[in-house]
Amino acid sequence: MNGMTLIVKKVTQLMCGLIFMYGLYIITHGHLTPGGGFAGGAVVAGAFILLILAYGSEVVYLKKEETQTSIIESVSLLVIIILALAGLFFGTYVFFNNYLPQGETGKLISAGIIPVYNIFVGIEVAAALLTIFLALVIYKEEVKT
Amino acid sequence: METLLSILTGFMIIGALYALHARDLLSALIAQGIVGYGLVISFLLLQAPDLAIVQIVVETITLIIMVAVVLNSSREEIVESWNRNKVLNIISSLVIILFMAFVFAYMIVSLQPFGEHTMRMADYYTGAGAESTGSANLVTGVLFDFRGYDTLGEATILFTAALGVVTILRAKNKKEQKS
Repeated sequence: MNGMTLIVKKVTQLMCGLIFMYGLYIITHGHLTPGGGFAGGAVVAGAFILLILAYGSEVVYLKKEETQTSIIESVSLLVIIILALAGLFFGTYVFFNNYLPQGETGKLISAGIIPVYNIFVGIEVAAALLTIFLALVIYKEEVKT
Repeated sequence: METLLSILTGFMIIGALYALHARDLLSALIAQGIVGYGLVISFLLLQAPDLAIVQIVVETITLIIMVAVVLNSSREEIVESWNRNKVLNIISSLVIILFMAFVFAYMIVSLQPFGEHTMRMADYYTGAGAESTGSANLVTGVLFDFRGYDTLGEATILFTAALGVVTILRAKNKKEQKS
């Protein structure tokens, strides 16, 4: 897969870190400001897609990355289910129980288990979107050759 | 507010109709983008920034993927000739449209005026939600605390989509390599 022109590469180099940081901000502040795991994960995946489209890559590296993203996606979904199951053993014995101390509303570390769910849902969404994109790109490259 | 939303919805309907009838698939995609971004603006007007962020990012990513697909295959739409099946389809869809219009006109009388709600659960969520979940953003509180199953289902949908794409594209490749 070939990259794009110098202008696109330079703009990507300047913008990509900002987009990635914005995605992390949306994920980690999901319980305080608008956004959350889904939105932030999609932004993070967008940063990676921008990098791949602008700079291009070899099929071998793309395949390695696809394996990694699918493993990360599966593991983070498993972690979400385990965290939800752990609620069965604390307090009121409910699936998706909020069993961590809640802290002060409005602080970054508050709301109990919700930020942890946000982070793992963000990782899952980013990895899933990247897996879909990479699978399409790899398929196209393999059909062409 | 209502007139602004009506204008936006009108633009979105025009975009959707153009996307259906455009000969060039790339311009059909751009017209489909009008629908998506119009939806973003209407979410912002209705004070739902959470939905607006999700919608704008997902819309952009799907547009990128679909533009890549169109540029790598064909830009021309397949032109179908008139035959009996097509006439039958048009007649049946007209019947369904008339039926739905009748049902909606019948139902819209019993709706609340614009901006009011009748849900009793929502009153509980907006009243005691912030205290009982400890989350300042009420939407996230509802998503991950009261409606945890829904969120798990959404995450599973994305997981299944990725699984399906990877499986389909790879299975075809393996068959080609064997033959």
